[in-house]
Amino acid sequence: MRLIEFWLNNSWEFLDAIFRHLALVAASTGIAVAAGVPLGVVSYRNPRVGAPLVGLANVVQTIPSLAMFGFLIPMPLIGGIGAKAAVIALILYALLPVIRTTTSGLKSIDPSAREAGLAMGMTGRELLYQVELPLARTAILAGVRVATVVGVGTATIAAAIGAGGLGEYIFRGVASVDSVMILAGAIPAAALALVADLTLTWLEHWFAPDRGKGGKLRVGAVATAAAAALLLVIGGLIWSERSGGRLVIGSKDFTEQVILGELLAQTIERSTKINVQRKFNLGDTLVCETAMQAGDLDLYVEYTGTALTAIFKQPVMLDSAEVNRRVDAGYAATGRVMLPPLGFNNTYVILTRGDEARRLGLKTISDAAKYSPDWRAGFGSAFLDREDGYRGLVQAYGLKFRGTPLAMNLSLTYLALAEKQVDLISGDATNGLIAKLDLYPLEDDRRYFPPYHAVPVIRSETLKRHPELRAVLGRLAGKISDQEMRRMNYEADVERRDARSVVTAFLDRHPEINQR
Amino acid sequence: MDGNRFSPPSAEIAIEFADVSFRHPNGPLALDGFSLAIERGETLALVGRSGTGKTTVLKLINSLLPTQSGVVRVEGRATSEWNPIKLRRRIGYVLQEVGLFPHMTIGRNVAIVPRLEGWPEARVRARVDELLNLVGLDPKTYADRYPRELSGGQRQRVGVARALAVDPPILLMDEPFGALDPLTRAEMRREFQRIQSQVRKTVVCVTHDMGEAFSLGTKVGVLSGGKLAAFATPTEIIRSNNPEVKIFIDSLPKIETGED
Repeated sequence: MRLIEFWLNNSWEFLDAIFRHLALVAASTGIAVAAGVPLGVVSYRNPRVGAPLVGLANVVQTIPSLAMFGFLIPMPLIGGIGAKAAVIALILYALLPVIRTTTSGLKSIDPSAREAGLAMGMTGRELLYQVELPLARTAILAGVRVATVVGVGTATIAAAIGAGGLGEYIFRGVASVDSVMILAGAIPAAALALVADLTLTWLEHWFAPDRGKGGKLRVGAVATAAAAALLLVIGGLIWSERSGGRLVIGSKDFTEQVILGELLAQTIERSTKINVQRKFNLGDTLVCETAMQAGDLDLYVEYTGTALTAIFKQPVMLDSAEVNRRVDAGYAATGRVMLPPLGFNNTYVILTRGDEARRLGLKTISDAAKYSPDWRAGFGSAFLDREDGYRGLVQAYGLKFRGTPLAMNLSLTYLALAEKQVDLISGDATNGLIAKLDLYPLEDDRRYFPPYHAVPVIRSETLKRHPELRAVLGRLAGKISDQEMRRMNYEADVERRDARSVVTAFLDRHPEINQR
Repeated sequence: MDGNRFSPPSAEIAIEFADVSFRHPNGPLALDGFSLAIERGETLALVGRSGTGKTTVLKLINSLLPTQSGVVRVEGRATSEWNPIKLRRRIGYVLQEVGLFPHMTIGRNVAIVPRLEGWPEARVRARVDELLNLVGLDPKTYADRYPRELSGGQRQRVGVARALAVDPPILLMDEPFGALDPLTRAEMRREFQRIQSQVRKTVVCVTHDMGEAFSLGTKVGVLSGGKLAAFATPTEIIRSNNPEVKIFIDSLPKIETGED
């Protein structure tokens, strides 16, 4: 019931997500068919070209989709973030099934039909269009069906690079541990895949080579209609992606980041006439960083500690002022400007269950070290990799765990802890789930964790184009305390309010930010 | 005598093989110094055991196979000098497996070559009706059906109609009735004789059935060892002492009793 409520309350956004999802799949599958069928014909006629072609498409197919999107972000022309890169990735996935079924469909034609065509004096082209392709039609349509169904599934992941679609609900739902929102995206995605499968199966049957009266006219009509629809869809996507004169604001894929992105967006919208485009839920730090380097992203909020180690590859440092100085210099040297910190420090906290902490009288990480050999630990994969993450932590406190720590999605670790799948996790100090799930932040008594102050980062070029942004965004400096951030996260994650209304409420509480 | 039944108005040579040898890739020698001349309007029944190169002879005539050595002439011109597309559209071809296109109706199957030749649509339709009538299929009933809706004999009739569509001077038939039951086969032979008496084509018909060769051919050719072991009218063939030919003649009564 909450699910239906969710769809009804967000009906426009939901319909938009469905449309975008369909548009991504239709555009990519359409182009893949337009390119894949001729490539399949070439590879059938000329196996020496065909074998490497199918081999290449095979290799592409094995690339995990998230990795594929990752590769595409820094690519010039075809890459970046948004629908274009997503469509390119989806095309690459759809090509193999189309090429392969075209080739195998052509190969499986009865040789006597081909011989009869040749003996009647058909040219190669006449034979292809009048005999070979019509007879391979069912096989080719089967390939299109596979490509479409795979595309519907893969397109959910396209949300990670800001292409929108139903995947956005899934990512947002995972980020805020909101199963209703996950289902709000996953159920229609599964339904779309089923509908696509059934429709195309029916089409396959309809266009079977020796099916009753007059299938031939319909092929032409359907192909023409499909081509027209495809052009319309691609046009629509391009139109919706147009960023001429727009300022693109991004965020990583967790609640706080979306709130901060929305905060930047609303602050700018309230105080200037700049056209803002939101591209939230863009995956991790490196997605945002590469997108910004590529010029696809103008502005987002980064954390100083993250920038220092993950972006500028410098060693961990505990002194806030020194970290700020170095990050500021790092951004200045790479065409970006670091704006004044927003106030809060979203450093890591080590969390355990509240009841456990009370029962054992735990206050600090040092206290927990006594019990940890019996505990299982779970960490976000970034935390496991980082120098200032897992390895340093166990050294500083002499922590030992039962087994190897589990690597999991950062947002899922909170739930895993509450559900007793693991007994200790690392979390964000400002996460709203800490209070909701009754988790206990252990004090960092050896001062191991470095500072993670939130700072807006903007491309220098963009700032030159809109110099007023320095003053406008400057008004946010120091305005968000740890408590304010936790409150907003709580409102979004626990009270299930959307980022827009959470930020509007915050800005209404702080009218001084919007003075013109 | 039988041989004169469809004798042509003039003794012009329609198809000629001069010392033709052919080897399939990685295969044995199919033809070895094969020579033959077929007069216009004649029906040549070419017999021989399986793998003696009968189909090779047909495919050399319509250039589905390239000439390797020797010369194949069609209407006085070497096939290597013909545009293969133009050549094939002057030669009707009936395959053993019929080769009707399963995705096209009977009408469209018959209309293929006229449409390739760019005939106006009205003329195509009239021709399809005429041809279906010629092979004894009512156009109203059959033109819009698909091949799978027809019996084997009906499909074979369509195959003949399709091969005759643009009235080509030459007709090649590869085991045309081989896939049919004996009764239908006998009926198709009679049908063929009736049609041939109307259209008077130069026909080369490949078969391994001596009875069929005798009933269809104005001339019978016996292929053996890649050469023409005998080439004569059916009555002359029966009197032949050639051992290769005798093998076939010996098989004759057995097949005929088996058929009828």
